[in-house]
Amino acid sequence: MILQPAALALQLIALLVSLMGIFAGYYGIKILGHWDPASGSEGQLELERRTYLVSTIMSYILSFELMSLFLFIYTADDLHSLFTGAMCAAGTLAVNSFGYPTLILKILNFLLAGVWLIVNHADNRGYDYPLIRVKYRLLNLVVPLLLLESGLLFAYFAGLKPDIITSCCGSLFSHESGSFSGDLASLPHLAMQIAFFSGMAITLASGLFFYLRGRTGYLFSIAVTVTFLIAIASILSFISLYFYELPTHHCPFCLLQKEYGYIGYLLYATLFGGAVTGIGVGVLMPFRKVGSLSSIVPAIQRRLTLVAFVCYLMFTLVTIWKMIFSGLKLVP
Amino acid sequence: MKRAVERHLNILEFTLASLLRRKVKNLSLLTMYLLVIFMLASLVFFVTALKREAAMILNDAPDMVVQRLVAGRQDLVPAEYAAEITRIRGVTAVRPRLWGYYYDALNGANYTVMASDDPNTTSDKAAIGAGVAKVRNLAVGDLLPLISYDKAPLMLEIGTIFPSASDLIAADMIVISPRDFHQLFNFPSGQATDLAVSVRNAKELPTVAAKIAVQFPDSRPILKSEILRTYQSVFDWRGGMALLILASSLLSFIIFAWDKATGLSAEERKEIGILKSIGWETSDVLLLKFWEGIVISLTAFLLGVVLAYGHVFFLSAPLFAQVLKGWSVIYPNFKLVPVVNAYQLAVLFFLTVVPYTTATIIPCWRAATIDPDAAMRY
Amino acid sequence: MIELSGITKSFNSGKANQFTAVDNVTLVINPKQITVFKGPSGSGKTSLLTMIGCMARPTSGRIFLRGVAAAVPFQQDGVEVVEITSLPERFLNDIRRSTFGFIFQQFNLVKGITVLENVMLPAYPTGEGRADFRARALKLLEQFDIVRLAGQRVELLSGGELQRVAIARALINNPSIIIADEPTAHLDSKLSQEFMTIVGCLKGEGKSVLIASHDPIVFDSLLVDSQVEMRDGAVVNSRSCR
Ligand SMILES: Nc1ncnc2c1ncn2[C@@H]1O[C@H](COP(=O)(O)OP(=O)(O)OP(=O)(O)O)[C@@H](O)[C@H]1O
Ligand SMILES: [Mg+2]
Repeated sequence: MILQPAALALQLIALLVSLMGIFAGYYGIKILGHWDPASGSEGQLELERRTYLVSTIMSYILSFELMSLFLFIYTADDLHSLFTGAMCAAGTLAVNSFGYPTLILKILNFLLAGVWLIVNHADNRGYDYPLIRVKYRLLNLVVPLLLLESGLLFAYFAGLKPDIITSCCGSLFSHESGSFSGDLASLPHLAMQIAFFSGMAITLASGLFFYLRGRTGYLFSIAVTVTFLIAIASILSFISLYFYELPTHHCPFCLLQKEYGYIGYLLYATLFGGAVTGIGVGVLMPFRKVGSLSSIVPAIQRRLTLVAFVCYLMFTLVTIWKMIFSGLKLVP
Repeated sequence: MKRAVERHLNILEFTLASLLRRKVKNLSLLTMYLLVIFMLASLVFFVTALKREAAMILNDAPDMVVQRLVAGRQDLVPAEYAAEITRIRGVTAVRPRLWGYYYDALNGANYTVMASDDPNTTSDKAAIGAGVAKVRNLAVGDLLPLISYDKAPLMLEIGTIFPSASDLIAADMIVISPRDFHQLFNFPSGQATDLAVSVRNAKELPTVAAKIAVQFPDSRPILKSEILRTYQSVFDWRGGMALLILASSLLSFIIFAWDKATGLSAEERKEIGILKSIGWETSDVLLLKFWEGIVISLTAFLLGVVLAYGHVFFLSAPLFAQVLKGWSVIYPNFKLVPVVNAYQLAVLFFLTVVPYTTATIIPCWRAATIDPDAAMRY
Repeated sequence: MIELSGITKSFNSGKANQFTAVDNVTLVINPKQITVFKGPSGSGKTSLLTMIGCMARPTSGRIFLRGVAAAVPFQQDGVEVVEITSLPERFLNDIRRSTFGFIFQQFNLVKGITVLENVMLPAYPTGEGRADFRARALKLLEQFDIVRLAGQRVELLSGGELQRVAIARALINNPSIIIADEPTAHLDSKLSQEFMTIVGCLKGEGKSVLIASHDPIVFDSLLVDSQVEMRDGAVVNSRSCR
């Protein structure tokens, strides 16, 4: 258990997000069960009013998830000095087995909440609630994950025991294992570079094609998703090295620090932004032909594609720029 | 895009006008909000500044201190220990330290009395911290009478007063010669309070500490990094405790905010009804309420943080200092070095604005879903 | 043209105090005319007008708007008729904002803000530039001869002035249909006459006007084109006055 203001803040947010999630999920189920747009009954009117509440809650959840994601990483970094051997956030997260799952779930939930809001946006533009069922089924998928995330976060903080001086002896001897260096497995540079640049090339090309011709939307969306994963692996494998100018420091978190010009915020913002919008394109694909949406969804998809394209392009350009101007040269 | 921005601007403008129209209600909310943020921000600033201060103090501390425990309590370290530790590989120097506490019955203060290592220190002279100088009203050249263990007075002439820059540690400090130290406390010779150990290579510290612990089972080696960590953790812990105590104020504030937001006055309900009847949609009213929350939150946040900054860094946090620092009578009258960063502000934001916003979601939604035809029946 | 078919509005359905305010109303309202709804208190006039004006949805039945398609954002080209009863609130609202202007019995002006702001209020969420609708609002104030009151707070206005501010507000988004519910209930006969004169001008500009009223000055006015008489939620008589 750790009583640090940021840790308390994170747990508070987790609590609020869970409560909001349960609330939204409850009305989601009610809406799924009793929805009848043809009726003008009072019950139906009430449900329609509830949809505003659920959308509002989901937008707040999305923004809280995004903000708390960075706060979580930053807090892990701040706490590293409490643990022997932890050099930065990577080490703190490895102190117990809940750290990384929490982080991964946070990212996943952020992406899902973003996709939900995209679907919601499209649904609101159709005059016959075309996606109402899709939307609330998706919601019922997101809510348990939000709860799981909060549970993991509580478990993580509950399991953090700072290595402090105890009454009988110095902390060094109070526990056995002692080292949470949190070294992340380093993937081979060359292979990752090839994967990264070809992934980006395919994504950008298919994005452009989809933007201009309106075809191969699924390909684009899958490319975005796969490249998202490759890009994260690439940050671990080689991108971070160029920024740190150290051949051995693979940490994905130190990029967010001042020493590196907060470049991590730009990298992650473009990567997450591109992923949410790109996945959104794919999720909307099946509804391109749905009656009231046939003129709306393609326009939304084009805009999303543009955002995803620009985001991924930025990410790639920043990476290339650093690879050229970095003091470090990786010889394959 | 342009239309969306215009819509936001138009609604924002109306929000500001509405807030000003209901000055009394909004001012009371703002004041409560501001107070909560002020308290939390003061706390967070103060704890961070203290952590930094503690880290700075420890800059000068020895890398390792060896204490001796007898029956679970700290005891004096025999001088032989020092000699033997010096022989451990990697150890460059071992310095026995003599220090203790002196209770000044005159004003109920505790001083830290320390024997100087400097061989040139002459007897009957003392160097004192600014805090001691202030409490006893002393200047350089004055005499400081201390009462020895046997009630015999020991007269010391003030040689130096430590500048107040190094206040947090040095404030309650009296540095005297080892001879005076022994005399003052009847301190047994050939013993030390603890040992300061220097090691050639910082990486060897844990190894050396382990060897000492094995060689002297009754010893407790403590590394500077551990002290640092303990300090950080203690400050965090105290900060967190205080925060939990303040949480009750936060909670009551949230209930207050909830109440304010739910208990829309008849006037306000009517106004929203009118807006809806003349063509505002639920999401427009939600936007109105969203902007209202943002304006109130940001105003309270900025003012609260600025006031807290003044409170902690200009006034030295009179509201918390006693609780958190643990100094009592000789409270170091020093100015904390301002440390404010985005991280602290983010934490504060999460602790205050986020709960407030969450608490207002449902009341705002309720207000926004007033039936537009209700206005027909006023 | 507005077509109502089998419109019913029930309150508290399924409960003991269930009440049907509008009962199976089928009706055609012609464009560019003044139509007056009359009937005793509680006969369902207001309820019917709120449904026509897209403020409330009927429990059952359909309402068709013909010839307002241009104002409906989602409508495809060439489709002239909109069926409004099945639309979600945000679409109803779009139609309401662009097609209907409302004048209420109590005027329903927002206290504490100026006359000009009150008139501009319905335009705020449309996303139109402030300068544009401000110019339009000033022109309306000029038209109703109340420009000098533009900066005045509404609390201080006389009944006749309030009336004109309310009409100006109803016109700010340039609607083609004006709905007025008991507009003369709080006015003396001179002001009521004046109101009818203004309504006549609006008709002259090609707007449709629907008025619910008990006031003989209104329903006996020569300007009125048709009358709809209601009782207990049903239309008992609907006739043209020409
Ligand atoms: N929200 C509601 N819940 C229950 N009953 C309602 C509601 N709104 C209206 N009613 C009832 O519906 C009936 C019709 O009301 P409405 O206001 O349409 O009558 P009206 O013809 O406009 O009367 P008036 O001439 O007095 O304005 C009334 O008996 C009223 O009590
Ligand atoms: Mg009525």
